[in-house]
Amino acid sequence: MINSRDILETVDMVKKEHFDVRTITMGLSLLPCIRATAKETATAVYDRIAKRAENLVRVGEDIATEYGVPIVNKRISVTPASLITSPFPGEELLIAKALDNAGKAVGVNFLGGYSALVHKGMTSYERSFIESIPEVLAETDILCSSVNVGSTRSGINMDAVALLGRMIKQTAELTKDKDGFGCAKFVAFCNAVEDNPFMAGAFHGIGEGECVINVGVSGPGVVHHALESAGDADISEVAEIVKKTAFKITRVGQLVAKEASKRLGAEFGIVDLSLAPTPAVGDSVGRILEEMGLETVGTHGTTAALALLNDAVKKGGVMASSRVGGLSGAFIPVSEDEGMIAGVRAGSLTLEKLEAMTAVCSVGIDMVAVPGDTPAETISAMIADEAAIGMVNNKTTAVRVIPVPGKGVGETVEFGGLLGSAPIMAVNPASSAKFISRGGAIPAPIHGNKN
Amino acid sequence: MKAILTVVGQDKPGIIAGVSTMLAGHNVNIEDISQTIMQGNFTMIMAVDLAGADIPLADLVGECGSLGKALGVEIHLQHEEIFKTMHSI
Repeated sequence: MINSRDILETVDMVKKEHFDVRTITMGLSLLPCIRATAKETATAVYDRIAKRAENLVRVGEDIATEYGVPIVNKRISVTPASLITSPFPGEELLIAKALDNAGKAVGVNFLGGYSALVHKGMTSYERSFIESIPEVLAETDILCSSVNVGSTRSGINMDAVALLGRMIKQTAELTKDKDGFGCAKFVAFCNAVEDNPFMAGAFHGIGEGECVINVGVSGPGVVHHALESAGDADISEVAEIVKKTAFKITRVGQLVAKEASKRLGAEFGIVDLSLAPTPAVGDSVGRILEEMGLETVGTHGTTAALALLNDAVKKGGVMASSRVGGLSGAFIPVSEDEGMIAGVRAGSLTLEKLEAMTAVCSVGIDMVAVPGDTPAETISAMIADEAAIGMVNNKTTAVRVIPVPGKGVGETVEFGGLLGSAPIMAVNPASSAKFISRGGAIPAPIHGNKN
Repeated sequence: MKAILTVVGQDKPGIIAGVSTMLAGHNVNIEDISQTIMQGNFTMIMAVDLAGADIPLADLVGECGSLGKALGVEIHLQHEEIFKTMHSI
């Protein structure tokens, strides 16, 4: 029989420490759906998703019940939609609605992949696609969108960066009745990955198979609890504890991914080794950093503590899974993390510190609310800064920022559920307009040219 | 299929009787059983075999939940693979 202590540890992880599998995401290729007209394409898209993912939610729930581990989200990611809509510029909304409706029909809570990859250049159909995003995010409910604007190999497309700043402002305006909620469903990426199971940035890359299952694990609460029990251990021991805990968490992710792909007749894709927080007390990445000995997250030492955490999670997780991918790192979304929210409220965690933290973890300026009157160029410049960190450090970075219409610093915006609530953070008031209006591209760094 | 049943709560007469009666009623075989008091809590772990069970694991999980409420303890039933996977290489 399995050791009693191990059994009770597993039971406690779920019952007391918020351990869960954050998401089972089905990645589905939509390339076979392109037809002669937008209308026919939309029908084909809907039918393919409705058929292929019809059992996704039920299978997820069955596995959760049988293994006794909650599987919080069941989601779908699809081929970057700009490829599907490319023959029909101006008719993107039709296909977006088909995606949204298909996701709702199969019962998933988000469907990602209303995406375009424009890191090197932007075609006319991609420009039309990006211009459609504000209306699409306002007119749909569960559809998520992303745009990749840079990569280590290609540099940063500053024309696209400029366009996204305006696009995000427009999205906020079109969804102002919901405090700019549309922006919470959009991510700007540098070095976007093709197998990310997490929203809002998930899409099914064109290098992927036909239908794959990617699983995102979680467990900030479990790591926090393990560190609490460690008392005054030195930093090397802290790293060891995180590593061992990440191993256990990831093993469950691997089990769930294997089982789900078998039951759904899909390929096993990857396990994403991310520590993804929720707004629940006891499920915060910020609080882990504080447990390491920081009074409030955001103070000096936060970046170092986060670097340690991020690295140890990967080292523990890599051995636990046969295939690791996605974003794989600690997430630091502000609104979705109770400890991070408290850090902002205490004045300890600023946008500048968050930017520094993104250099050592996954993913970027995430779920950050800024004043509604923030200029589009400032938002573009935030995207450019994050993209530069990703490009130079050969890692994925992202920006998911919400300029909340009519609100200013000190106010709070409530998104509800997993998206939580965000205190509005101050941005630097000095203008970046001239820099952004130049357009063009930031050339790739020399180390991007590896061949 | 094998599963692990855990009971945690305040000790009182009838817990083992209640659990084993429910399991026997569904033709579930108890292969191993251990009990102890941990941090003041009665803790029982059973390894059970569902090969001859008359209901699926998921339904039995539900019955364990209801029985736990009736007995005033927490009862969880989980596929044994999760423990093996998490704690052994």
